[in-house]
Amino acid sequence: MEEVSVLKLRIKYEKTGVLRFIGHLDIMRLFQKAIRRAKLDVSYTKGFSPHQIISFAAPMPLGMTSEGEYFDGEFNSVTSSEDMMKRLSDTLPEGIKVHDIVMLDEKAKPSMAVVTASDYYIYKNEECENDNLELLSGIIDEVLNKPALEIVKKTKTKEEMSDIKPLIYELKPFKDGIYMLLASGSKDNLKPELVIEALCNEAKLPYNRYDYMIHRIETYMGERDSLKPLSCDGERF
Amino acid sequence: MGKLALKERILMNIEKPARYIGNEVNIVKKDTDDIDIRFAICFPDVYEIGMSYLGIQILYDFFNRRDDTYCERVYSPWPDLDAIMRKEDIPLFSLETQTPISDFDWLGITIQYEMCYTNILQVLELSRIPIWAKDRKKGDTLVIGGGPCTVNPEPLADFFDMFYIGEGETSYNELLDLYKVYKISDMTKEEFLRKAANIPGIYVPSLYDTAYKEDGTVLSVTPIYNDVPKVIKWQAVMDFDNVPYPMKPVVPYIRATQDRVTLEIMRGCIRGCRFCQAGMIYRPTRQKNVEMLKKYARTMLDNTGYEEISLSSLSSSDYEKLDELLNYLIELRDNDHVNVSLPSLRIDAFSLDVMSKVQDIKKSSLTFAAEAGTQRLRDVINKGITEENILQGSHDAFIGGWDKVKLYFMMGLPTETDEDLLGIAELAEKISEVYFDAVPKEKRNGRVMINASSSYFVPKPFTPFQWAPMIKPEEYTRRAYFVKDAFARQRNKKSLKFQYHDAEITVLEGILARGDRRLGKVIYDVYKKGAIFDAWTEFFDMERYNEAFADNGIDIDFYLTRQREDDEIFPWDHIDVGVSKRFLLAEWKNAREGKVTPNCRMKCSGCGAAVYGGGVCFEAKN
Repeated sequence: MEEVSVLKLRIKYEKTGVLRFIGHLDIMRLFQKAIRRAKLDVSYTKGFSPHQIISFAAPMPLGMTSEGEYFDGEFNSVTSSEDMMKRLSDTLPEGIKVHDIVMLDEKAKPSMAVVTASDYYIYKNEECENDNLELLSGIIDEVLNKPALEIVKKTKTKEEMSDIKPLIYELKPFKDGIYMLLASGSKDNLKPELVIEALCNEAKLPYNRYDYMIHRIETYMGERDSLKPLSCDGERF
Repeated sequence: MGKLALKERILMNIEKPARYIGNEVNIVKKDTDDIDIRFAICFPDVYEIGMSYLGIQILYDFFNRRDDTYCERVYSPWPDLDAIMRKEDIPLFSLETQTPISDFDWLGITIQYEMCYTNILQVLELSRIPIWAKDRKKGDTLVIGGGPCTVNPEPLADFFDMFYIGEGETSYNELLDLYKVYKISDMTKEEFLRKAANIPGIYVPSLYDTAYKEDGTVLSVTPIYNDVPKVIKWQAVMDFDNVPYPMKPVVPYIRATQDRVTLEIMRGCIRGCRFCQAGMIYRPTRQKNVEMLKKYARTMLDNTGYEEISLSSLSSSDYEKLDELLNYLIELRDNDHVNVSLPSLRIDAFSLDVMSKVQDIKKSSLTFAAEAGTQRLRDVINKGITEENILQGSHDAFIGGWDKVKLYFMMGLPTETDEDLLGIAELAEKISEVYFDAVPKEKRNGRVMINASSSYFVPKPFTPFQWAPMIKPEEYTRRAYFVKDAFARQRNKKSLKFQYHDAEITVLEGILARGDRRLGKVIYDVYKKGAIFDAWTEFFDMERYNEAFADNGIDIDFYLTRQREDDEIFPWDHIDVGVSKRFLLAEWKNAREGKVTPNCRMKCSGCGAAVYGGGVCFEAKN
């Protein structure tokens, strides 16, 4: 049988505005349709219900926005990064934009396997009437000077106290909110909500998820001291 | 992108917030400053159901082709959001611009099934539109109903300013043009309604008086003015090839119940099954040009990005160019990874061949709508399928590798006896025996499964069975147990399964289907007791209805189990769907005599639909 070579691409996109209310699986379906509308030559599985060979880096919870989302896809043929970005963006609804398309090495690992960190910008929801976020910014130094930051971590089966400080790579006031760089991915994973909740506990403030808007800035791969965006794993073409 | 009507806190606390944010691919965006008419179109059920309905997509496209009109969508908020909207006093809003519905000129509601009647009141109330039409003034949103249930709109008559009887593509332009004049002139609402009532297909219930006889039946339905037509004529699109069809249907983010491109190939049905309302009211049968359909299929797939396409019609096997169309779709499948989902086709060599190409035989099942267990009863209902058809089709399918069969039946059909019920189990058994005969042991792969299911027959207006009594729920339940027992006695019982529908919901459907204006108050009372989403068993509560029937002095059996006299005047007699009452009565007689009526292509039976001047009635003459 003839060996068919496929081209592995990594697509970086943003998901903002009202699209924050569209869940991860529906975003996947949205891209599957957009790829067809844009007539990109994506590869399909064989069988009675063929589906596109694409996989997403890091599922994002409902309510969060991002400008650093990724998915990988296998293609039979490609044009250029720029052309494919334009064709895809033209067919996407408001709130989703393609920022980059790079070609990966044939042996590159899938994005979901290489994610190690993400950074976030936390800002105040315009519907929120309290000043808790400012208060949280004010105690960051104090919290970082503590030996540990403990919080109840819930998993499907149990609840247990856990020190999340080692998973916080960076935490600082930023503009009118807070910037945080956190461990992310299949090995260590820390949700930004949990950090906010922990800060609220430290500040003895009630935690209300909807007071805060969470925006992912970038998704990274590599070791903690040499993090690079997932798109750096490939080259524009 | 404008602001959302719902706050973050609310959207993040309800199921599937994507139901309420709009912004889907292919929505129409217009500058509301340039618009004369704002039209909200509503399917009164949850978003995923409403988005699956082709009719809304057709009308959405149709209205938005007008430069002066902006049509937006609205669906019933799910009970979780419904509760929040009531508690926090949030008005219902459109998806596209998130505008309160009460700011619209029109609210058009499609009425597809009786069980959504309470949801209509939910939509009106949450929209802050007065629930009763008589309380709405000039300047209030006009409420118009459409869809198949409007052939008997009487139970809903007091809630609607008007109904559009028939297919929407014909008279809406005339109505909207009239509305524009009304809006900017000093024409009163009453004058407007009287003028509207003269547009073909427009029924303004407030302009008609219903009188009743002492026995409770209708004495007359008469217009209260001379210039209002006595009879409202169902509208049918006759230039079926040139009628607009949405090439860019809106694509939902969340998975809709029917999440694919829907290609309408034909309207109407030549078969004339006597229980089937759609088969009567959508006459005459009209087909779309096959070349055009191929083009539509390609364009719609390109514009939506869907990976699946299905055909829509009442009986796709009767589409004359079906081979050609399906061959084209199979080509699309092979070249473009398009899944083809087939509607239930008549099982024969051709359809089995097609199905084997587009489906995974091991996972799919064969469907026969047998409807009744014996040939005698199938003749009564004029269901043109024989036991031989079913057994031969099953045989061929088993040889081809299928091993799952679905059978659909109804219980409670006119003249049904225990023998007919027994026939349901026996037919299932015979099919399983065909399997064991046809497929040698070494080729059997697991167990053959025959899944039979039965619904509770509801006589519907504008069918030959509109005179027939519906059986009582206790009797339906008895028959269901009787059939279940019969299944348990069959030799291959382990390969057979029998399920039946819930009786209570169907009872309600039966009452409302042939109801009159006196039921409006019941619907209102039930809604006020908290009923919404009655089509969903988890929310349906028959007790609320029983209380409301009692409070309003309504005798359920008058609507449900009473046999109507041949000359009875029905609450829907002032609606004319083309098929004549005379024909229906003759068919009611034929039914009881077990006489079959040939389909429209074999022989014209003079049903009356030829007045539309086209379709199958004139096929032979072309």
